[in-house]
Amino acid sequence: MYNIDRDTYRNVRILDKDSAPRYMHYGEDFLDIKFPAGTRVLYPNLPMKPIDNRKAAIRYAINHPEGDDPLFSQLRPGMKVTIAIDDISVPLPAMKSPDIRGEILEILVEMLEDHGVEDYEMLIALALHRRMTADEIKHSVGSKIFNTYYPERLYNMDAEDPDGMVVIGHTEEGEEVQVVRRVAESDLLIYVNINFVPMNGGFKSIGTGMSGYKAIRHHHNPQTILKSDSYMDPENSELYTRNIRQAKVLKEHVKVFHIETALNNKMYDDALGFLCTPEDDWTAADTLKFKSMQWALKKMPRGAKRSMFFKVPSDYGLIGCFAGDTEPAHKKTLQKCWQQHAVKVQGQADVLVYGIPFASPYNVNSVLNPLLVRVMALGYFFNMYRNKPLIKKGGTLIVTHPCYDDFDPDHHPSYIEFFNRCLVETRDSKRLAHHWEEEFANNPNYVEMFRRGNAYHGVHPFYMWYWCENGQHHVGEVIVVGAENDHVPARLGWKSARTMDEALEMARDIHGPSPEITLMHHPPFMVADVT
Amino acid sequence: MTEHHRASQDIEQAQQTAAFYDMDGTLISTNVVHAYAYYALHDSTLTGKLAKTAALLGKLPFFWAADKVDRKLFNEAFYKSYEGFWEDRLIVLGEEVFDKVIRPNIYPGALSLIKRSREQGHRQVLITGGIDYITRPFAEHLGFDDWVANSLEIKDGKATGRIAPPFIAGPNKAAWVREYAREHDVDLERSFAYADSGSDLPLLTSVGYPAAVNPDRSLRTTARSYNWPILDLTR
Repeated sequence: MYNIDRDTYRNVRILDKDSAPRYMHYGEDFLDIKFPAGTRVLYPNLPMKPIDNRKAAIRYAINHPEGDDPLFSQLRPGMKVTIAIDDISVPLPAMKSPDIRGEILEILVEMLEDHGVEDYEMLIALALHRRMTADEIKHSVGSKIFNTYYPERLYNMDAEDPDGMVVIGHTEEGEEVQVVRRVAESDLLIYVNINFVPMNGGFKSIGTGMSGYKAIRHHHNPQTILKSDSYMDPENSELYTRNIRQAKVLKEHVKVFHIETALNNKMYDDALGFLCTPEDDWTAADTLKFKSMQWALKKMPRGAKRSMFFKVPSDYGLIGCFAGDTEPAHKKTLQKCWQQHAVKVQGQADVLVYGIPFASPYNVNSVLNPLLVRVMALGYFFNMYRNKPLIKKGGTLIVTHPCYDDFDPDHHPSYIEFFNRCLVETRDSKRLAHHWEEEFANNPNYVEMFRRGNAYHGVHPFYMWYWCENGQHHVGEVIVVGAENDHVPARLGWKSARTMDEALEMARDIHGPSPEITLMHHPPFMVADVT
Repeated sequence: MTEHHRASQDIEQAQQTAAFYDMDGTLISTNVVHAYAYYALHDSTLTGKLAKTAALLGKLPFFWAADKVDRKLFNEAFYKSYEGFWEDRLIVLGEEVFDKVIRPNIYPGALSLIKRSREQGHRQVLITGGIDYITRPFAEHLGFDDWVANSLEIKDGKATGRIAPPFIAGPNKAAWVREYAREHDVDLERSFAYADSGSDLPLLTSVGYPAAVNPDRSLRTTARSYNWPILDLTR
């Protein structure tokens, strides 16, 4: 049985037979489920106290950088500067205005102008993600920057522009290093990160964010993901190791000044803050609020719910801003990330349970299609650990989601073909890669939709599939509760249960009558520090 | 995958693939009416110029309505406008129409789409209801491997206003594509087609990879129903 001590009582609760039902995300809806006595429930840490004066913190970081000279001392008239910023995939949900990216850009632009730098541009480091719309960019950078610079000097990068991308060299392992030409030809690259989870930022941003397929394929592949244990833990991530190799080649060509920001996990505003607390501690008013919300959501069409959720930004607070050389700055940022997200947990579980919400980093303002449901289950949430997985090898993963067969044809066109053509043949990542990856990556239709529309790159569904590789190999069975059809779970290789009780019964068939059950109660997200 | 499937796939891989493109509205923003207007405005006589231009303007509402009802009806009605044009003038002006009307109106994305498609080894084939005098310089400019367009019937050196068969439009485009595939050993299941209009559904449904390009409402609806890619080459 699990041990918990006073320090972890806030985050770890063991349910008894009188414990209240736990609420769980179920796509665009909420479930409340009674779990058996003995179930361990993990809650995220409370949001850390934010820095009151964000602009002062940003200025301090830029003027007192880690392992580098202050930014102002590196600027001179006539130099060519490129600023890269993270795209809409972070943070999730979007940040309430002002977004931290906008605040940093305002400071940077002012500093560049003051030092006579006239040739500067801002690009959104999309890599193979979809182009952001003008409205989305405006929200991220604020009206002031947007109205002054968009679209001539503030724009989406285009990883498939043959003239706009350049291979600048190879790593010692022979991996191509491809980057936006403007970046390669700059005297200084300033990379502005939002570090929402420990995987974000550092060399991953430099190695991946401004690259194209030629470079990214060297680490976004089944072999690399399988060796990343976990990719939320950079020190043990093969993915991150390969990013470092590529980023170092880039740094030989361009001087890089990195600015990183760590955010707290204040996903819900004060009115809904109770959703992050143990249900046994809810007041009667909290329970009433939850029940009303649950009832109202049931009455709404799915599209309307989704649209409503995406319109509600989160009131994240800045908990750290560090700048300078990539490695030392990122080290400090990671400390803040762990401080906010890490939850100490003793012992692995036979059965791990979590709800899958409506959103992932790859479907902002869109549908969480079946491949993204899987990437949330076996990719992101599975990898939310440090030291060792929260679930035992061969354990059973139970998730809740409707698993609707719904794809956004504008954002995820190649996902549709992948799901209906490739997955019916095989679920084996290496076979999928071998047979179809190149074809999808170079399909002229997908290339054009990526470049001129708002589609993810043609290869992206493969990456989503590979992203689950270590989770897939570690977990025994995946059971989805509440799937509204049979074919989606079947195609993903999952079992299906109508209720949580039924799913737990199925798990008991595998693990015996008293399996150790753990429920990860998120979002807000947490990283289980498992000992 | 079974051995049987693998064997059949190997056979398929030996065949060629192709990309079939409609022209007006798909690769260029102009259409057959713009081209004709250029001919009319550059008639060799002032009276001819005035008469042909006025006639065109008068018929525009009818052409618009005919196009909405049936592309074939529109083409048959429209090509009557060419009655009496000298063939040599059509040829000479064809180059000019391409330079002055067509070339500036090629969509930016069209060039890159064709380039990417060619890089993938697909034969590039243009199939248009426009007339051959204008299509030829366009096809040569973009480096199509093959092209087909409508030809005006010529009698005693002058256009009769009728189209010489086969009439390239609607279902006939699909028939032409199938015939082309037979002749050139093209695997249509692995081939691509691009068009902007609901009247091109027969063409699009002939191949394994249809795509709606800058589609009209009818084609957009169909493309959505079947999850065909929708491309916007205008930007």
